[in-house]
Amino acid sequence: MKGKTLTIALLALALSLAPWAGVALAQDKTIFIPLLVYRTGPFAPSGVPIANGFVDYFALLNERDGGINGVKITFEECETQYDTKQGVECYERLKGKGPALVNPYSTGITYQLIPKAAVDKVPVFSMGYGMTASADGRWFPWVFNFPTTYWSQASAVIRYIGQKEGGLDKLKGKKIVHVFHNSPYGKEANPTLEDLARKYGFELTLLPVDSPGQEQKSTWLQVRRLNPNWIFLSGWGVMNQVAIKEAVAINYPMDHFIGNWWSSSDADVIPAGDGAKGYTGATFHAPGAGFKIHQEIFKHVYDKGKGAGEKARVGEVLYNRGIVNAMFSAEAIRTAMAKFGNKPPSGEQARWGFENLNLTEQRLEQLGMKGFTHPVKVTCEDHEGAGPVMFEQWDGKKWNIVSDWIPTMKDVVRPKLEVAAVEEGKKLGYTVRDCSKEK
Amino acid sequence: MIYREAGQFKSSYAADQAMFPIVQDRVVVGAFLALAFVVPPVLADEYWLQAVLIPFLVYAMATVGLNLLTGYAGQLSLGTGGFMAVGAYAAFKLTTAFPGLSILAVFVLAGVIAAAVGIVFGLPSLRIKGFYLAVATLAAQFFLIWLFNKVGWFVNYASSGTITAPPRTVLGIMVTGPEATAPARYVVALALVVVFGVIAKNLVRGRIGRSWMAIRDRDIAAEIIGVRPLRTKLLAFAISSFYCGVAGSMLVFLFLGSAETLAFDINQSFLVLFMVIIGGLGSILGSFLGAAFITLVPIFLTNAPHWLGLDVSVALQKQVELMIFGGLILFFLIVEPHGLARLWQIAKEKLRLWPFPH
Repeated sequence: MKGKTLTIALLALALSLAPWAGVALAQDKTIFIPLLVYRTGPFAPSGVPIANGFVDYFALLNERDGGINGVKITFEECETQYDTKQGVECYERLKGKGPALVNPYSTGITYQLIPKAAVDKVPVFSMGYGMTASADGRWFPWVFNFPTTYWSQASAVIRYIGQKEGGLDKLKGKKIVHVFHNSPYGKEANPTLEDLARKYGFELTLLPVDSPGQEQKSTWLQVRRLNPNWIFLSGWGVMNQVAIKEAVAINYPMDHFIGNWWSSSDADVIPAGDGAKGYTGATFHAPGAGFKIHQEIFKHVYDKGKGAGEKARVGEVLYNRGIVNAMFSAEAIRTAMAKFGNKPPSGEQARWGFENLNLTEQRLEQLGMKGFTHPVKVTCEDHEGAGPVMFEQWDGKKWNIVSDWIPTMKDVVRPKLEVAAVEEGKKLGYTVRDCSKEK
Repeated sequence: MIYREAGQFKSSYAADQAMFPIVQDRVVVGAFLALAFVVPPVLADEYWLQAVLIPFLVYAMATVGLNLLTGYAGQLSLGTGGFMAVGAYAAFKLTTAFPGLSILAVFVLAGVIAAAVGIVFGLPSLRIKGFYLAVATLAAQFFLIWLFNKVGWFVNYASSGTITAPPRTVLGIMVTGPEATAPARYVVALALVVVFGVIAKNLVRGRIGRSWMAIRDRDIAAEIIGVRPLRTKLLAFAISSFYCGVAGSMLVFLFLGSAETLAFDINQSFLVLFMVIIGGLGSILGSFLGAAFITLVPIFLTNAPHWLGLDVSVALQKQVELMIFGGLILFFLIVEPHGLARLWQIAKEKLRLWPFPH
């Protein structure tokens, strides 16, 4: 009995000391970037390549250039399992180390961090995910979601479908189904799709799939009954693989099945085997490891044995997304440094850097990313940039680009977005900012 | 020696019926509460408050609620997440519809609404028992989450389907919304937990608690001695759902700040049930111990490698954490099937004899 009491006493002591353990002294000589990753759990197939891309790009900067403008980057991963509560715990733990920015990598966690951003003075960079309304920088100065939001992406998808059908006017009477993850993330595209359905006269059916999405039989039974002309998928993690396999099982023509950019990576199509051939996905960067940046990563990171993952998986779609995200973050910090000097930027300075980021074609070439992604210019009003969207198709072995850069429908999306920004901003008690006074 | 009740005579009914009849208990609990109100808000940093203590308090509240139903009244429920969601969405609707209403009143009203919903879903308990009832309450879980996902009215037609805690004050101090400081949130959460904890403690000592236990131990016998199953069972569902509802609104308003239905999924129901089982069925103290175990141990295990200066990958760390955590649950269930509360009771009995055991 005595041993038991002792065990409990020790456990209690250990518990009470635990939370102090994570608190290390903030280092003021390096740029600290917290990485909320999910390398375990049902979303790990998507989470692992992104995290590796991130880590490898920062490792490249540290190895090759000694950081950003000579200031080293330190980063710390924290496992969230794509779970909101664990994500909040991670953020609170890493916040004390003076982060320059935070990449939540989950729309759910982004929603948690948006209200905290302005209070903690940590800019939230939700690249192509998160709350669409936060693209209005007048209401959400601390949140950035360039290069494109879910709404803009949905409009580009409809434009692409229009192209394939021979013009947007041909969409009339066509049946389009949106299969989505039943969460804030999955629902994001719905209002835009509904607007566009009214405008172009196509029949839209919204089919939610409950998280995590391992069970979709009833959804695909409905799809079969409806027999739609096109399917648009907003899934994540294991849900994508299941959806694609189910589509193969009902013999749906795969080239009429389009995933958004979180639903079209290597891990999503491989389990469906040859059946997935023709599956199309949206993206804002090219797939593959054929760019100069990849050669640099091989040379400076993998050849020195410092790679985060397997060499063969460099160039996967989501790996490349990690690179793009890390590159945007690093360039924003570089922009901030141009104004505030070559030292680790504070949250406020990094925010300025994001807001004044102007990534030109020329700069992309210097970075070894010519043709990899498109130029981005962020302004005080527009934190989205409304960049164009590309489409890639799976040929059974790799992804191939099958379209030009397709512009989004800014005229449709932006007015709606501004209305939503007012609504979401007021919920948090924000007031609108006058951008003409910002400099 | 120090923990001995010899010589403490009760000379009135009031003294005999006190919540903590032993002086030492009273002193320790009182001192602990006083410290809990003062020390963390002053000393603890934001991480401690926001990521450790507030979630613990929220889950303690939910665990007390489920313990009343499962531990005391013997009705197994897997609908906790659903009832928490009712509280959260009700609080959101109430405070956005009546911004002038005190946020504390909103929490209580949200609890009342959850209680009403609890009664509806408690009705099957009159006909079905045990595992069958667990499955019936599972229906509540799935139905409620589906409802909040489906009907836009509950989220004020927000396109994202999330609810966000608006800024609200108590006595002029901001306690919800992004501007609210962690100490303010913590104190409100603690105050709610203390008040409802005391109420729960008294409920289970009184007529209602005894009738619940009678039903739990043998419902036919209870009926024969005059306990009405209909009223008793539904009351258990109502009060349990009330606590879960308040916990749900605390989860959104004091801890997360904004939430979607995913925050209340089936895992929450299991988590709270585990807290009840590990803490000890039929014990208010056990609810707190169980909630502490399940919320704090993973955080401890996550931090432990940093603490020891080990550099392990986060994925490995998470896997190890899950394994150790699972192992610990098994360990405690084998060592003491009656939960942590029973261990505490044994410790107290030992302490009475200390330092001269027989």
